[in-house]
Amino acid sequence: MSIISEKISQADQLVSLFEQSRETLNQGSSPLLNRMREVSIKRFAQTGIPDFKNEDYKYTNLKPAFAKSYRQELVREKGIINLNEIFKCNVPQLDTHLVFLVNGWFYSGNNPGAALPSGVIVGSLEQIANERPELLENHLNRQAGLSNDPFVALNSAFTKDGFFLYIPKGVAIEKPVQVINLLSSDDNLMATQRNLVIAEAGCQVKILVCDHTLTTSSVLFNTVSEVFVGEDAMVDVYTLQNHHNLSTTINSSFYKQQRNSTLVTGAISLHGGLIRNNLKITFSGDHSEASMYGMSFTDKKQHVDNFTLIEHASPNCLSNQIYKNVLDDESTGAFSGRIHVARDAQQTNAFQRNNNILLSDKARMQTKPQLIIDADDVKCSHGATVGQINEEALFFLRARGIGEKDARMMLMNAFAHEVVQKITIEPLRDQIDELIEKRLKGEISVCHDCEYKCNS
Amino acid sequence: METQEKLLNDITTQEYQYGFFTDIETDVIPKGLSEDVIRLISFKKKEPEFMLEFRLKAYREWLKMKSPEWAHLKIPPIDFQETIYYAAPRTSPKYESLDEVDPELLETFKKLGIPIEEQKHLAGVAVDVVMDSVSVTTTFKKVLAEKGIIFCSFSEALIEHPELVRKYLGMSVPPTDNFFAALNSAVFSDGSFCYIPKGVRCPMELSTYFRINTAGTGQFERTLIIAEDDSYVSYLEGCTAPMRDENQLHAAVVEIIAMDRAEVKYSTVQNWYPGDKNGVGGIYNFVTKRGICRGESSKISWTQVETGSAITWKYPSCVLIGDNSVGEFNSVALTNHHQQADTGTKMIHIGKNTKSTITSKGISAGKSDNAYRGLVKVMPGATNARNYSQCDSLLLGSTCGAHTFPYIEVGNKSSIVEHEATTSKIGENQIFYCNQRGISTEDAIGMIVNGYAREVLNKLPMEFAVEAQKLLAISLEGSVG
Repeated sequence: MSIISEKISQADQLVSLFEQSRETLNQGSSPLLNRMREVSIKRFAQTGIPDFKNEDYKYTNLKPAFAKSYRQELVREKGIINLNEIFKCNVPQLDTHLVFLVNGWFYSGNNPGAALPSGVIVGSLEQIANERPELLENHLNRQAGLSNDPFVALNSAFTKDGFFLYIPKGVAIEKPVQVINLLSSDDNLMATQRNLVIAEAGCQVKILVCDHTLTTSSVLFNTVSEVFVGEDAMVDVYTLQNHHNLSTTINSSFYKQQRNSTLVTGAISLHGGLIRNNLKITFSGDHSEASMYGMSFTDKKQHVDNFTLIEHASPNCLSNQIYKNVLDDESTGAFSGRIHVARDAQQTNAFQRNNNILLSDKARMQTKPQLIIDADDVKCSHGATVGQINEEALFFLRARGIGEKDARMMLMNAFAHEVVQKITIEPLRDQIDELIEKRLKGEISVCHDCEYKCNS
Repeated sequence: METQEKLLNDITTQEYQYGFFTDIETDVIPKGLSEDVIRLISFKKKEPEFMLEFRLKAYREWLKMKSPEWAHLKIPPIDFQETIYYAAPRTSPKYESLDEVDPELLETFKKLGIPIEEQKHLAGVAVDVVMDSVSVTTTFKKVLAEKGIIFCSFSEALIEHPELVRKYLGMSVPPTDNFFAALNSAVFSDGSFCYIPKGVRCPMELSTYFRINTAGTGQFERTLIIAEDDSYVSYLEGCTAPMRDENQLHAAVVEIIAMDRAEVKYSTVQNWYPGDKNGVGGIYNFVTKRGICRGESSKISWTQVETGSAITWKYPSCVLIGDNSVGEFNSVALTNHHQQADTGTKMIHIGKNTKSTITSKGISAGKSDNAYRGLVKVMPGATNARNYSQCDSLLLGSTCGAHTFPYIEVGNKSSIVEHEATTSKIGENQIFYCNQRGISTEDAIGMIVNGYAREVLNKLPMEFAVEAQKLLAISLEGSVG
């Protein structure tokens, strides 16, 4: 009985928090955002925090994370952010349009929109929803609202701010837009962030999202991003996740692709107590393409779960997924990829691969690649492997005078490189290669020159 | 192209040619399910006390369970109180001579190459040479008895070898395993029992062909196979001839136990009535099959060819407890019209150096849905475990679906698990290639489908394989050839 009452209380606590702070939540927020709160909290209350009986959360248990008590920043707090500290985690040699968000709130101190081409709008979701609601109207919660994931509903109920980017027709942003999400708090913190990116027809943009935790207390970071990719548009989104062992990240991204568009997503999870990445891509126009890459390294008791859903709703589209995990110590990993080819989505090509290396006997990997195919003229395949470093390859290297440790390192690097090489921002690619090498050597259990010993 | 489309159309709209109405005299009890009904079944079958307890325990648990909803199936609600839970095997023949039998059915028998006496038996004709069949059975039984093999109906085993049944029943599939297994445990009517003593290699394929005494045992069948140390047995279930069974619901349970170095090969060809082309009628086939490799170096292999039933829900599994034990699963599942199949396997690796292979070939046509669902689980102690899974789907026509749901859970670093799946249709270039060489499109499709399924068909025992191949051809080729 205790389990049941616990289930009620965790979700109920959040629902009653919502009831209590309804006014605070609605205050200063656009009706657009407020409209979705009531429906969403009801939906969340119905499902509650899912347990392993929920097929989508079979391998990821979020109950312990929600059992802790958290502080929520329901109104913008005027914290002092030390930009020097922030830049420490910045990627060197990378010239980007920098955007900062702190605990889910947009930070406008560095005037991020200054160097962007005219017509491009970047800013706080809260502010733009108030000032230019017509921009958001057709996109906000249009994709996320269809999801039955309780955490998406929770996000929609509590969300106040986030990152907004609008790129008008035919505009190409040369430099990548770098979005840095910082979590900083002395107490346990639950942060909710809502992002919306609208890339109109024919535009081009590369977005790099970096998550950092600048605190040693427990954090729960629940983000929802909706990205609209217009006709002929080209969008790249890379996410670099670097959290500490007490953090929980639930990151849900929704992409909708119009005709002839191209999308590349990459998720590199270097550190994090518990990371859950939900990714949904819907092809609503033909001849579009999406490539999804994921790479994670876990050790200690970390857990990374990549959950993807590719909706082939239009014919002639191509999707390609490669997800790789390296698991050490007592870490656990999960991958669930579902490709759904709708009845009339003929000439679909959909590929999916999940490769995993287990380095310790206590590490666990659970993978669930799925194909649901309702059309006949398709080429679909998926493959999943769980294993070790190829002993023959190891022997080959050792026979050529390379020490075992180095040889293993080389092979692991090669394993990871297949994903890393897909990153189209070159300095970022080199940086990630370097980070991975350090990660594999065990050097960045502690991030380089970071004063927070997050992972020690 | 046009012929090909026409062909596909023909194939996918073809009706089950062999269904007909039968009026069988049976010894029935009132419909519905209650503890009294279970007591009555147990009493009618003169079962020992422990069996009744087993049934009641399962029934009480079943009451608390819910019908599983996770499969990719649309299962119409089943009213369990509307079903008759006990029907004794038919006693009188349906026909007086072969002349009365549906000629189409005889044609099928001919295609399958079934001997005339057997045809009579299968069609339910009063065989005047029935003594022959019986004597065949008796001869077989004599040979088996000399070796110490026990092969009889479940009811017989309960009376003659209650200690063996008691020891092994429910070992692989506990009475409360799942909804349908619990239902079966509560009400099962009959089935077969097979015991191979130590060091004995069963000299023949044990099959339903001469399992006359247990034929037509109805909807809740239970099979128990025990292979002692160093023994070998190959068991064939079902029948390649179209079995007409009006029962809506089939919930069978098969249990296999393999001890040290024992090998059990279990082959199934299932061709029950799949319903008409509008999806009306047909059998709901909910089967729980599980084998336990208890001993070291033991081996259990499942081979199945599934072409019938309106709904198939079936996951023959292997629990590999003994070190170095091996599990195998080979399957061809063909669905047409409104048929739905959600089938696959579970391989649970517990012992060290355990190996398993999974080969699944799905063929979907018409408006059918065909899903593979499998679990490969490597426990932390199962060091050096190895699994390879291959799941292919072939789509014929644009209104059918092919789905793959593999689950892989690996718990140690020395194990290697691989899974591959592909989905495609028959390539136009393949057909063109055949056409160029003077092979008609119909033959080409037959050839390609057979070639596609060959990997699995080859695993079937010789004469079974030939028949299964013909069955596949009939299921698809009927209107083609």
